[in-house]
Amino acid sequence: MQRYVLSHKNQITLISGILIATAFINKWTAVNMQIFTWALIIASILGALPIAIQAYQALRVKVVSIDVLVTIAVIGAFLIQNYEESAIVTFLFLFGAYLEQRTLNKTRSAIKELTEMAPESALKQMDNGEFEEVEVDEVDEGDILLVKTGAKVPVDGTVLSGEGSINEASITGESIPVAKEKGSNVFAGTILDNGTIQIVADRVGEDTTFGKIIELVEEAQDSKSEAERFIDRFSKWYTPAVLFIAFIVWVFSRDVELAITILVLGCPGALVIGVPVSNVAGIGNGAANGVLLKGSEVISDFSRLDTMVFDKTGTLTLGNPSVAEKKYYGENIDEVLGYLASIERESDHPLAKAVLEEIGQTNFSTVENTEVVKGGGIIASVKGHRLAVGNLALMERENVEISDEAKADIEQFEKNGNSLVITSLDGELKVLMGVRDQIRPRVKEDLQKLKKLGVKNLVMLSGDNQGTVDLVSRELGLTEAHGNMLPEDKQAYIKKLIEEGQIVAFVGDGVNDSPSLALANIGIAMGSGTDVAIETSDVVLMNSDFSRLPHALGLTKSISRNMKQNIVIAVGVVLVLLASVLFSEWMNMSIGMLVHEGSILAVILNGMRLINYKL
Amino acid sequence: MKSATIQLETLTCPSCMLKVEAAVNSLEGIVEETVKVSFNSSKVKLDFDEEKVSIDDIEGAITKVGYEVLKSRVK
Repeated sequence: MQRYVLSHKNQITLISGILIATAFINKWTAVNMQIFTWALIIASILGALPIAIQAYQALRVKVVSIDVLVTIAVIGAFLIQNYEESAIVTFLFLFGAYLEQRTLNKTRSAIKELTEMAPESALKQMDNGEFEEVEVDEVDEGDILLVKTGAKVPVDGTVLSGEGSINEASITGESIPVAKEKGSNVFAGTILDNGTIQIVADRVGEDTTFGKIIELVEEAQDSKSEAERFIDRFSKWYTPAVLFIAFIVWVFSRDVELAITILVLGCPGALVIGVPVSNVAGIGNGAANGVLLKGSEVISDFSRLDTMVFDKTGTLTLGNPSVAEKKYYGENIDEVLGYLASIERESDHPLAKAVLEEIGQTNFSTVENTEVVKGGGIIASVKGHRLAVGNLALMERENVEISDEAKADIEQFEKNGNSLVITSLDGELKVLMGVRDQIRPRVKEDLQKLKKLGVKNLVMLSGDNQGTVDLVSRELGLTEAHGNMLPEDKQAYIKKLIEEGQIVAFVGDGVNDSPSLALANIGIAMGSGTDVAIETSDVVLMNSDFSRLPHALGLTKSISRNMKQNIVIAVGVVLVLLASVLFSEWMNMSIGMLVHEGSILAVILNGMRLINYKL
Repeated sequence: MKSATIQLETLTCPSCMLKVEAAVNSLEGIVEETVKVSFNSSKVKLDFDEEKVSIDDIEGAITKVGYEVLKSRVK
């Protein structure tokens, strides 16, 4: 019976609404006052039923819920035969609850989309060697699974055989498929775009990277700030207190109408729900945009940020050196590039890798008589030509003639912070390449946005020499830049800033910088979903995407603002209601309930604006 | 000692949390400090002593205060 009533709450609301409408049509057309009264009585009883059941269930576990207040108020109104009030109040309460549920689901939609990406079934190898479809919960570590084209990878695992390409957008936010072969790691929740692979399960369920991300977001959404914990404690005592006050009022004034009006007005709706709603919608927006915010405390700190400290390598720069500039001199360059690649192919010098990547596809030839010149480069012969690949000192040793034009180029390249790779063919200068760790594309614009959002200081700390650091700093327009810093120096620097009373965020790649990440008020990890990054930081930028940083900051500022607006709405409504019940004539139970439900919807709708927040 | 994660129907009012929490805590064999009802994900997480109480008892207690249990997992 209880079950039946509760599961048909929506139908009851509808019928009760129709009855009330019928009643008033009858009243205004004065057709039949008998129908008016009876329709309202039925609507009251029908509508009060689910509320009373909920109240009873709450009381049984010693909780004085809003349902209890409303039930008593409705019974009171009924006893003094004010059926109009009792019917309208129950209807508004039920209808309000319906709208709340609908809109609340909207604010939670981002996380719901995320959880819906979780894999549900897997093809597991059974004892007889055949693959059978099982629920993903039945997969254990060490099981062998088959993943076919178009299917979701059910667990974190390692490829045993087969190959294919996988869309890892659910983990990294990057939708370009990644090639996988034997030995590659695959992640739960990613989709096999093509190919067929067999994998062995390494981590299952909540232990997978995907499971951890979901858990993290869910916990963040339910995490509570100091203010919220206060409101929670407050509301635990608030409802019984309202009940008590209403009782006192009734004892002294003998005015049932007034007492039950107080009960309805006392419902603490908007205050309790206003802050969580902003939180959920905001964190959901972050999750959908590659920004994982770990809870409401983080949001409040982040939104009031003074100084942002960046690690250089891997954060502001890409972290792997590449050819940034190049110049060719004379003829037959294609041939020379082929020879150069053939020589570099045999070297394990970091610059060689960058050069090879730059040249790409080419004709490789046999390299003979390779001689490594310490602190200079390589000399070798290819197809009877003598090639020297290295720095300026090597060219001098080889007596390569450097034209004025080339001299100017070399100077310029060095000024730009490049390491030089110069190639000569038979004593003639042919190729000049400048290799450096390049600044991430669009970082400059993103830093400008951060400044505009109110970050006062942008500081870069790096282990590189001060010269390189200054160069990058000037190009990016940073406030401060310090080189030659060991991880413990960075830590000391951040500590100093915090002691000065600043709110400091540290942006790093999460692995070697974890002490700084932990120490800063807000640790922001440029992660690609790795465990360390997720665990030691307060904010994770998925897929190491620097451009999400301004979004993250703007979002936390919006969430913070939104919460404050909701608190103002909630407290304001309570004050207005209280004032009007004391000082005005027009306040009654129905209007009180209408305003109460209206304020709840107002805070939910206000929170919902965060779902579509864009910088 | 086992730990359970119970997925409920969508919770819409914060007082639902109090009700669910109180219902679960009224059972014998529940480790009270571990009970965590999360409003937004509508989940209950808790540790319990499987010799004193079963997952069916826990689900029953929640259903009794009026919330549907969609799924539960015990580890």
